Amino acid sequence: MDQQTLLDEVVGSEYKYGFTSDIEQELLPKGLSEDVVRFISARKNEPEWMLEWRLKAYQQWKTMKEPTWPNVDYPPVDFQDIIYWAAPKKKPELNSLDEVDPELLATFEKLGIPLEEQKVLAGVAVDVVFDSVSVKTTFQDKLAELGIIFCPISEALENHPELVRQYIGSVVPPNDNFYAALNSAVFSDGSFVYIPKGVRCPIELSTYFRINARNSGQFERTLIIADEGSYVSYLEGCTAPQRDENQLHAAVVELVAHDRAEIKYSTVQNWFPGDKDGKGGIYNFVTKRGICAGVDSKISWTQVETGSAITWKYPSVVLKGDNSIGEFYSVAVTNNKQQADTGTKMIHIGRNTRSRIVSKGISAGVSQNSYRGLVKVLPVAQGARNFSQCDSLLIGDACGAHTFPYLEVANSTATVEHEATTSKIGEDMLFYCNQRGIDTEAAVALIVNGYAREVLNQLPMEFAVEAQKLLAISLEGSVG
Amino acid sequence: MTPLLQITNLHASIEDREILKGIDLSVNAGEVHAIMGPNGSGKSTLASVLAGREDYTVTEGSVLFNGKELMELSPEERSREGLFLAFQYPVEIPGVSTANFVKTAVNESRKHRGQEPLEPAAFLSLMRERMALVEMDPSFLQRSLNEGFSGGEKKRNEIFQMAMLDPVLAVLDETDSGLDIDALRIVASGVNALRRADNATIVITHYQRLLDHIVPDFVHVLWNGRIVKSGDKSLALELEQRGYDWLKQESAVEA
Ligand SMILES: Nc1ncnc2c1ncn2[C@@H]1O[C@H](COP(=O)(O)OP(=O)(O)O)[C@@H](O)[C@H]1O
Ligand SMILES: [Mg+2]
Repeated sequence: MDQQTLLDEVVGSEYKYGFTSDIEQELLPKGLSEDVVRFISARKNEPEWMLEWRLKAYQQWKTMKEPTWPNVDYPPVDFQDIIYWAAPKKKPELNSLDEVDPELLATFEKLGIPLEEQKVLAGVAVDVVFDSVSVKTTFQDKLAELGIIFCPISEALENHPELVRQYIGSVVPPNDNFYAALNSAVFSDGSFVYIPKGVRCPIELSTYFRINARNSGQFERTLIIADEGSYVSYLEGCTAPQRDENQLHAAVVELVAHDRAEIKYSTVQNWFPGDKDGKGGIYNFVTKRGICAGVDSKISWTQVETGSAITWKYPSVVLKGDNSIGEFYSVAVTNNKQQADTGTKMIHIGRNTRSRIVSKGISAGVSQNSYRGLVKVLPVAQGARNFSQCDSLLIGDACGAHTFPYLEVANSTATVEHEATTSKIGEDMLFYCNQRGIDTEAAVALIVNGYAREVLNQLPMEFAVEAQKLLAISLEGSVG
Repeated sequence: MTPLLQITNLHASIEDREILKGIDLSVNAGEVHAIMGPNGSGKSTLASVLAGREDYTVTEGSVLFNGKELMELSPEERSREGLFLAFQYPVEIPGVSTANFVKTAVNESRKHRGQEPLEPAAFLSLMRERMALVEMDPSFLQRSLNEGFSGGEKKRNEIFQMAMLDPVLAVLDETDSGLDIDALRIVASGVNALRRADNATIVITHYQRLLDHIVPDFVHVLWNGRIVKSGDKSLALELEQRGYDWLKQESAVEA
């Protein structure tokens, strides 16, 4: 594809983040084979065991079938029509932002993420995953002093292979599901975080993901380990350029919390949802899971999902350690023809484990929004407790909201509570706002942000503000 | 003097059913008008049409507000121009705090007038001051708008918002209904405190007792979509004693 075609695609785009950066890229031909897996591994100078691990995952993937149970509908994905490797040709070795490719910096400007400002004002160390290779990591020194490792997973494989080997696939095994297997075989890059014993990470760790190379499926792999008594808050946010063809994204995120450790993982997801007819959006099939491995540990997922044509995502927590806590806070917006099937799984194994689920679905246009959640209490999970709140908000008459709460309770001392509501932004509410001088668009933003407040409150401050704006933007034109 | 509000031969229907059948009313700055009438006579319809509710179709007539044709303005523009409606049934908005709602509303009107948004500190003290007018506890600011408020609290919240928006014309739709005598006195004294020579109030009620507290300059009786009688405050007393039937008969004879 030449520059002119790219430009044409960008001009006249409806999506405000719809552009393609023209940093030179190295692409592998389309298609997946053992050779492709070997190429990726070799290209990244990976140790032999990593290659073996990938190849095994690839063999398993070949025997698996795409899941069809989610309540989403899309044409079959041709896995041989995807590029599995794309890396910027010039891989820079950088010490400061000044050395970053100006094209890349311009890209961040367009995204409204001035890296420099983020860095200075918000105190956020940003590990930028630009396509497949991480280009820039900041705040390394400060974190290194505390013994915190925060780097691309490819770098971790070079410098801390024993840690990666110990934990990768320990929460989401390669054969966990079709997309996890695919990811395990071909994952490009992603972030690696290790917080040593007793260390409280002083800043919010943050990664911005971007899908940039045409047709290059993006397979991120994130691994976060919080050792005994440590704490970390991790933010993930992303936007993507407009595309004609659907883009597949199949990330895997694994979290491990040891005794008394706490991991807070927040996501604002804003990938291109497709145009009004649902054309060109991202397919987002993600496996996110954390394990509260130690006693008194805690894992909290917060997500604001506004983008993607199709979302299929269930951030889950395995509550293994006694007294451990799992939380899931979610706002999922679907508009136009978007489809989302999202929720969580809370697996109670340890004694007195607690989980809390707050899911707020918002559907507009002709979209379909499903909550799917599993609360499973094993026979050994004495005194386990769960509370689930699943709310749906409808805007207009043509959209759909569905809830599929599954309960498997095998311990009689467990307490499981489930509440669900469905409401609608009615004419009365809008008129009341109008009468107070608030126009309909602003009223929808106000009402929706109010509805989602309990979840937004879980986000770090700057992120919450961004997320509020995003909710409003993604619902523009949905009423009236 | 040009009236603040000039309603001429106003007809309005809902779902092809005519509810307002030719209303004429003129309200000057500094005046308080009461509109009374039995249930179903069209009082709330009149209020909704003035505020611009889309369910109603205006089929005939005009409404001039401050010299502007009201029917050409959107509901939010009418509000920003200084028209306020205290709802008979205020809506609840879960998750949106009263403070945030009122701040958004006030800042929209300020923007309309070319003013900067108020500073948070100034805003907060203004809100506290205006809440005191209706003896509302400041803790309500943090609560979701009207959610779980008692009937009386909702009505006080309406008057609080009125005080914050400082309208040119306020239409109070049955603000007294569901209020005990103390709440009634509080709400009325709030409204009275906001009365000035350059604003006006239309009080819709079907009980005389509110008018003991908010004393009207004029009383109009709305029946079957028309104003069938107008007078001064003594008309309200007469209605209290005699009910509406004599008027119905009178206007039936006229018609
Ligand atoms: N949404 C509606 N659809 C159909 N009829 C309505 C609607 N709203 C009000 N009406 C009718 O209009 C008439 C006037 O109602 P309303 O203005 O509420 O009277 P009031 O406030 O004087 O009690 C009543 O007969 C009522 O049934
Ligand atoms: Mg009424």
